Formats: sequence, C-alpha cells, structure tokens
Amino acid sequence: MNLLLIILIPLLTAVAVLLSRNKQQVKWISFAGAIAQLTLSLVLFFAFRNERAAGNTAQMLFEQNHPLFPAWNINFHLGVDGISVAMILLTSFVLIAGVLVSWNIEKMTKEFYFLLILLALGAFGFFISLDLFVLFFFLEISVIPKYLLIGIWGSGKKEYSANKLALMLMGGSALILVGILGLYFSSGRSFDLLQLSKLNISTSTQHVIFPLLFVGFGVFTALFPFHTWVPDGHSSAPTAGSMFLAGISMKLGGYGCLRVATYLLPEGAKEYASIIIVLSAIAILYGAFATMMQKDLKYINAYSSVSHVGFSLLGIAMLTQTAMTGAVMQMVSHGVMTALFFAVIGMIYDRTHTRMVGDMGGLMKVMPFITTVLFIVGLCSLGLPGLSGFVAEMTVFVGSWENADAFHRIATIAAAASIVVTAVYILRAIGQTAMGPIKAEYLQLKDATWNERLAAIILVAGIVAIGVAPFWLNDLLKPAIEVIMSKIAGK
Amino acid sequence: MPNATTIALIPLLPLAGFLLLGLFGRTAFKNSAGIIGTLLLLASTVLAVYTAYDYFTNSSVDFYRREVPLQLTWLRFSENLSIDMGILLDPISVMMIVVVTFVSLMVHIYSLGYMKGEERYPTYYAFLSLFTFSMLGLVLSSNLFQMYIFWELVGVSSFLLIGFYYNKPSAVSAAKKAFIVTRFADLGFLIGILVLSFYSGTLDFNTLIARLTSPESSELKTAVTSSFLGISGLSWALVLIFIGGAGKSAMFPLHIWLPDAMEGPTPVSALIHAATMVVAGVYLVARLFPIFAISAPAVLEFVGWIGAISAIIAAIIACTQTDIKRVLAYSTMSQIGFMMFALGVSKYGGEEGLGYTASMFHLFTHAMFKALLFLGAGAVIHYVHSNEIKDMGGLRKKLPITHITFLIACLAIAGVPPFAGFFSKEEILLAAYENNTPIYWIALITSGLTAFYMFRLYFGIFWSKPSHLSQMPIHSGERAGGEVHKGEGGFAMMLPLILLAIGAAAAGFIPFGKYVSSDGTPLETKFHLVFSVAPVVLGLTGIFTAMWLYKKQNTRPDKLAASLNGFYKTAYNKFYIDEVYLFITKKILFNLVGKPAAWFDKNVVDGLINFTGNTTQILSGKIKKIQSGKVQQYAIYFLAGVIGLALLFIYVWK
Repeated sequence: MNLLLIILIPLLTAVAVLLSRNKQQVKWISFAGAIAQLTLSLVLFFAFRNERAAGNTAQMLFEQNHPLFPAWNINFHLGVDGISVAMILLTSFVLIAGVLVSWNIEKMTKEFYFLLILLALGAFGFFISLDLFVLFFFLEISVIPKYLLIGIWGSGKKEYSANKLALMLMGGSALILVGILGLYFSSGRSFDLLQLSKLNISTSTQHVIFPLLFVGFGVFTALFPFHTWVPDGHSSAPTAGSMFLAGISMKLGGYGCLRVATYLLPEGAKEYASIIIVLSAIAILYGAFATMMQKDLKYINAYSSVSHVGFSLLGIAMLTQTAMTGAVMQMVSHGVMTALFFAVIGMIYDRTHTRMVGDMGGLMKVMPFITTVLFIVGLCSLGLPGLSGFVAEMTVFVGSWENADAFHRIATIAAAASIVVTAVYILRAIGQTAMGPIKAEYLQLKDATWNERLAAIILVAGIVAIGVAPFWLNDLLKPAIEVIMSKIAGK
Repeated sequence: MPNATTIALIPLLPLAGFLLLGLFGRTAFKNSAGIIGTLLLLASTVLAVYTAYDYFTNSSVDFYRREVPLQLTWLRFSENLSIDMGILLDPISVMMIVVVTFVSLMVHIYSLGYMKGEERYPTYYAFLSLFTFSMLGLVLSSNLFQMYIFWELVGVSSFLLIGFYYNKPSAVSAAKKAFIVTRFADLGFLIGILVLSFYSGTLDFNTLIARLTSPESSELKTAVTSSFLGISGLSWALVLIFIGGAGKSAMFPLHIWLPDAMEGPTPVSALIHAATMVVAGVYLVARLFPIFAISAPAVLEFVGWIGAISAIIAAIIACTQTDIKRVLAYSTMSQIGFMMFALGVSKYGGEEGLGYTASMFHLFTHAMFKALLFLGAGAVIHYVHSNEIKDMGGLRKKLPITHITFLIACLAIAGVPPFAGFFSKEEILLAAYENNTPIYWIALITSGLTAFYMFRLYFGIFWSKPSHLSQMPIHSGERAGGEVHKGEGGFAMMLPLILLAIGAAAAGFIPFGKYVSSDGTPLETKFHLVFSVAPVVLGLTGIFTAMWLYKKQNTRPDKLAASLNGFYKTAYNKFYIDEVYLFITKKILFNLVGKPAAWFDKNVVDGLINFTGNTTQILSGKIKKIQSGKVQQYAIYFLAGVIGLALLFIYVWK
C-alpha cells in the first residue's frame, strides 16, 4: 500500500475539476474522485489489518521517507498507525457525503468543488504525515478553503464569520508553529515525529512547549474558551462547509493534541492535564446548556459540537489507555455524526428556507426519510446504544473513572451529567421540527433526492458500523494508543 | 436443553421484525406488517415457552442453575472490564422472557384490530418489535453494561411509541418527558455502574455477585470500607443503580412521566407502561438482589421505603383521577411499589427470602391482570372515543366480553381469592408483616384503596348511568381510520382479553416459590387463613364502598369530594409534584443556568475574542498614519530619532 495515493487521488481530482468544462463534469469528477478515495481508504484499512494480523508490530506501517529540504532536515515522511487509519476513513466518508449534498450548488460550482477537495486533501495529508513541518503544511492547506467556502458560499453574516474563523485558526496555527520550532531547536533540529518521540526532552522545556501546541491545536477542536469560531463559522457556512468544518477540520485539532502535543511531550501533558480536564468539563456541560437555549438548528448542532468534542479532549487529558481510546473513538464518531447532522439540517433548510425550530413542525409527515435520518442522528448525539456516540462516550467515562481521586471523579460526573442535557436539547429540536402539527405551507414539500439519500445512507452506515460493532474500531486503535500510553508512563 | 442459538433467537426474531418492517414496511408490507410482526413474535414466544419448560422441568437437582450459554465480547475497555453480549439464564430471566413474549404477543394480536387502518401501521409494528427485542435483551443480559444498553433501548422504544401520534403536541411532550425523566435516572444508573465496576473489577453479573457477596473477597472489603460523605462506596453504587431502576419503574419522586405516557396508543401502554418495561427497575434490583441483601441491607431498606411510599401515594391519586388510563397508570405505579417494597423487606435465603419470591410472583401476576385491564380499557376507549369516565357508563351490555374480563382483572388486582393477585399480594403482605411492621400497615391500607379505585373504575365504566357517547350504536372510529365498526372490535381484540383473563384468574395457582426464590432453593409458600382475613375484608370493604358510591349515579361521590375538599384537591392535582418539577426545570435550569450560559458565551467569551479583534483594528488604525509614505514625514521622524538618541547618549548614558 503506497500512502502517496492517499494524497494523490484528491490532488488529481482537484486538478481534473479545474480542467473540467461544465458543472456536470465538475460534479461527476468530484463524485468519482470521492468514490475512489473511499475505496482506497477501505483498502488501506484492510491492508492495515492484514499487516497487523500477520504480526507486523511496527509503530507505523507503510512508511516512506523522502528528503524534502535536507539543509533543514525536512523530510516527506509518511506512515500510518490505527489512529491515522481511523481518521482517514472518517475523512473519506465525510468527503463523499459532502460532495453529494452539494449537488445543487449553482454559484461557481467548479471553484466550490475545488476548494472542498482541497480541504480534504489537506486533511488526508495531515493524517499521514510523520514530519511536523509537512504536517503543519497540510494543516494550513485546509484553513484557506474554509475561509473562502464561508465567505463566498455562506449565508447570514458570512464575512464576519469567515474572518473570525480564519483569524482564530491562524492564531492557533501561529502557536503550533512556535511550538514545532521549539521542538525543532530543542531536539537538535528534527521535525521527525518518530525521532522526536525517542528523545528525552527536558521536563522544563516540555512545560513551555506543551501549552503552545495543545492550545494551538485546541483552537481547531474548539477548546474552551477558544471555541467561539464554531457557532458562527458553522452557521454561516454552506452545508458541505459545515460538514467539513465539524467533521474533518475539528478532528485535525484533536489529532494534533494527541499525536503531537501529548505524545511528544508527556511531561507537559501531565503538568497541564488537570487544567485541560477542567476546561473540557466546562465545555461539555456549558456547551450543552448553551445548546439548550439555541433556536437555530445550525447553532444547536454547533454548540452541541463544542460539547461533544469536549469528550475528546477530556479523554486525552485523563491519560488512561481506555479514556484515550474513547477520545479517538469520539473524534471518529462525532465526525461522522455531526457531518450527518449538518447534512440533514441542510436538507431541511433547502426545503423550508428556515432553520428556526420554532417555525417548523410535523415535517415527518412530508419528509419521512429526512426526518428519520434526523431522528437517527439525534439519537446518536444523545448517546443511544447501537449508534456510535454511545460507544465513544462510555469508553471515555469508563476510562476516566480509572483515575480514583475526587478531582477526576467530579469531572467525570460533570461530563456524564451532560447526557441528560443533551437529551433535553435533542428532543426539543427533533420534537419541534419533525413532530407536532404541520403548517399548511409545508404540505407540498418533497422528501430527499437520490444524492441526499445516498449521502445520508453512507453516513448512517458509518455511525451504525461503530455503534453495533465497536470492536473493530477498538482493535484498530488499541495498539496505537498503547504506544502513546507507554511513552506517557515513561517507558 | 435448548442450545444458545435457540435462546438467542428469542430476542433476535423481533429484531429481524424491526429491521424488516422499519426498512421496507412502508413500501412492501403496508398491510401485512401486522401479520409479519405477530408471526415472528409467535415464533419467539414458542421458543421462550419451550426454553422455560425445559429449564424448569429438566433440572435434576433441587436448585436452579444460573448459566451463561452465550457470551461474546462486544467492547473491551481494559483487562478486566468489558461489555459482553451474553445470555444469562436463571429463574427470573426465564420467567421474564415468558412474560415479555406472551404479553407482547397478546398486544401484537390485539393491535391487529386496534390499529387497523392506521396510516403508520408498519411503523407501529416496527417499533413494537424494537421494544420487544430490547426488553428481551434487557432481561437476558449477562453483563451489567449490556443491561444498560438494552435499558436505553427500551427507553427509546418507549419514547417512539408514546410519541406515535406525532402530530399531537401532548403526545410529543409526553414522549419527551418520559425520555428525559428516565434519562436523568439513567445517569444515576450509569454512575452506579462505574462505581460498582471500579470496586468489583468486573461487569459480569455472576462474577460481580460472587465478588461482592462473599465475606472473604477483597473487593467487598474495599467497597465497604471506602466511604464518601460517610456512606460506603458500595452503598453509593447501589443507591445510584437503584435510582436508575426507580426512574424506569416510575417510583416516587421519578414517577411523573408515567401518567403522561398514556398518550401513546393503548396497546402500547399495556405492553410497555404496565406489564414489562416499567417493571425493569424491580427486575434490576432482583438481579442484584444478593448484593443488596447480603452486603448493603441499609440500601435495601431504602428501596423498601421508596416502594411503600410510591405504592400509597399512587393509590391515593388513583382514587381521584377521571381519565381511565391515568387511573390505571397510577395503579401500575402503586403495584410496582408493592413489588419494590417486597424486595425491600426481603432477606437473602430460605424462609426469610419470601419477599423476593413474592415480588417476582406479583410481577408475574400483575403483568397478566394489568395488561388485561389496559387492553380492556382500550376496547372501551375504542368504543366511546374518550378516556374520561364521565363519557362512559352502562357499557356492560354493549361490551359483554370486555366487561367480564375487566371484572376478572379488577377482582385479581383487588386481591379477591382465588384470583391471581390474591396469592401474590398475600405473600407480599406476609413478608412485610414479618420484617417491617410500618410498611405492612402502609401496604394494608394501600390494598384497601386499590380495591376501591379499581371498582370505582369498573362501576363507572360498566354500570352507572350511560352517557351520550356510550349510547350511540355505531361509531366511525378516528383510530380506525374512518372505518365504521360496531361492538367490541372483533376477534383479534377479544382473543387476547380472554387469554389474559385466564391468566389473571388462574396464575395464582402456580407454585411460584418452587421455581423462583432468592437463593435458588425451593421455597415452600404456605397460607395462613387467619392472616388473610384482614386484607380480604379490607378489599371487600373497598369494593362495596365503590359500589355504594358509583354503581348508580348519585350525588354521594361529589359530597364525599367536597367534604375532603383540600385533601381531595391536592390528590386530584397529584400532590403538585409536576409543578415542582416544572419549577426546577423551567425556572432554575432554563432561566438560571441555560440562559446565562448562552449569554455568557455570546457576550463574555465571544466578546473577548471580538474585543481582541477590534482592539487590534483600532490600534493598527492609530499607527497606520505613521506609514504615510511621505518622505518629508519620514525625514522628520529620522531627525527626531537622531536628536533623541543624541540626547540620550549625552545626558543619560554619558
């Protein structure tokens, strides 16, 4: 399995999109590219499993290393472990769904699809990079398309939201860059993740660099109190934009927090873990309460995302094997789930032309498919067993509970309490949109089209696959998390 | 012995029904959905009865085994902790699969008539199948976390079915209320599981019970000696788990969702909110009973008191309600209270364990007569299209089968010998008498009240003065989708009534103690004639009082209500418990937590971000004038700089 393919296919697709002559070509090329990428990700997944089953216990599989800029010791070093494979799968699922729900974009179709695929390309590159410089490069590639996607195809106060998002993410990037350079110079000039992990970076250095990297990546994944780009950004973005933002982009941050900050700087992680726990517990509970008061469907999902990704950060900061596995599960689960949620919201908005829950009602009567998907994704969000959210959250809870002191206990209980608040806001949202009496003007609305159905089915398949049979994901992640944990344990 | 696959099919057949009808019901099985669902469940019922028969007759030794024919690791958290999907067979789980499949089958058959012509007919059967699957999974769970999974699934099926008439706002809010209240309780359950698994290092029921009951186990010692706020870790765990059970079983003060849940279709109320799901809490306590009884008797006593309080409060409220389904809902809560305190007064093993047997026995008989009462009420509602007693009356000639079966169920619940309820209730009272006198007196009064409110209902529906609604010969039914129907709603609706009536009349003669007991050894239940006098006399008094008040229309009930003015009003308003909740959620959670959080986020957190942005802009606006591009200005800055530096060098640094 050549990992270059993972970035090559999106790249070729993006170029082909630029060269295509009309909207139909753009759409079908993008769709074909997304299918190819999804297939490739599945091939990667099975190839990875086979390698592991065959007894290949190397930390990273399918590695390749090409010198890129020898003078500064920058290398194009690629490789994947279970966490990366899970993230790549997630990204391909969201990509294809995003392509499908954007089928009716009329304005500057070519540019839209180009940016969409470019964003995904950045994410794919990010997840397979083992060189921090290259990783940072890919991270930045994914920022600019977001700005344009919101600024051009967005709605509402889109300029403000686009600026806010780009500036906050750039701010985060600046911190990351400083952190990476700090690592580079304190390690005798290496950007290589695997080499850095073998070095003993002094505790005092770790204490300085860790917060830079964690907060930097944290901005991407809505670390409280740097989460405020999320509600505005999501609500202004076009449907596919929101899906990518929440489904992929926020995961870049979580992945970075784990793979770069926590893995390379375990002493720093231990030092700041309690602060992160407090911040993420606040994000979880406070995000949930703030969601309860929202009236716009997109704001509801945006705030609930703040609450849900809090579980990822909480799981990481709990520093136990189980909790960390749960954290990654939550990233994958939330990625698929929230992309689906935004997709459904988009479908509803396209028909009712409102996102205010108070203005809707009884939509189940006219759009049974869309509302059924809304039910499924809502139930996933509130942690119903059989869907992915439950598995991830429970793993985080059980893992957090392994820390026996009162501080961790209280944080866990606070986080767990959010499942009640989540139920409140999800059922309110669903109850007001899908149930209740229907307004006369909505009686003519049509149910989902083929592309919307396909997008929804693909994502529902994702959350069900994790929810019904979590063991495959658990097995995939376990060895990778063990490596991180043994580094934290100082072995 | 049926093999693991056969047993696994019992829950899996309804699951197949759910998937089949859920995915293709609307298109392919528009009219056949009911038959498909019912047939699948029939197969499941046959397997369940076969399993039970085999389990109880094939046992060569004199105690019943706990066996785990199937166990698959579903999600491994750590070395010891994992969620397994397994099947645990022991007397109570075997008894429960029979109860669940049987009652569910009755409801499936009944719904063939009751829900006929309903627009979302396939969806209804899909949801019923989902519920049955989840409930069977719950009772067969071999792992505490597995039980929690199915626990949540029954919760959501209940939500979907209560909100089945989704365009009715009251149904939607009832569904939400049921889900959220039980979710709140489930939070307790979840944390309880975390605490318990932390101390015991396992989630498997058998290992869990073994580790937390044997006096030598180190796990038990840590669990009992560790303490938080003066209460041991084990007690915390069990109390929290019990909160989960109390939520599902509508125990005071978490009962407020149950009466509202009656918004769902009546057969659903019979299945979920009377016979099966609401007893899940009792089943949970029974499942962990050895731990409660041996290692934390104080918590068990707490369970007993919650049960007793719920029993009497619900009975008092039931006497004042006018909606027949709500009366039945409160009666369910009251009867579950009986089961709960029966567990609470029980001890582990031998004669002392009578309460445990009695509780399970009552669960069994109650499932029969309460499902019957609901289905009978459904037939009545189907006929008059109203839930209010005042719209009924004089229906005994119009609905003869419903009348007789309803009467049997009322006699059973009132504890009149030899109907089923008499035997199980008698055992409960005896257990309470022997172990906890105050609870015994509460129970005695409650059983008198039970007889009274049930016969108030009975006379109100079938005797009294006919109202205009119960006079009309032919009705076009709303629920029947505009179809004209006459009389009692056909064979599909009457067959379950008759079968359940046989159960309600005869189930008491099962020698239950022989099969189900706290420690697995047969318990000889004996009857003391003298002991039975008081409850039976009290029950008959209740019946005759109801007859005096309600058999013929008169002014006595109103006079009575007027003389009890304040108390009557309080009970009629359900002791204002709903209002207390409303105050807490609306006033405190929404206004004092939710709104400030949203405001804080928008204005303070985001305000800071905007402030940073604006300040940067203003600052750069201020300093941008310096970069004017005018060479003369730059020359002046340069000159000023030179002079400034020169002055510094001359005067400051010398």
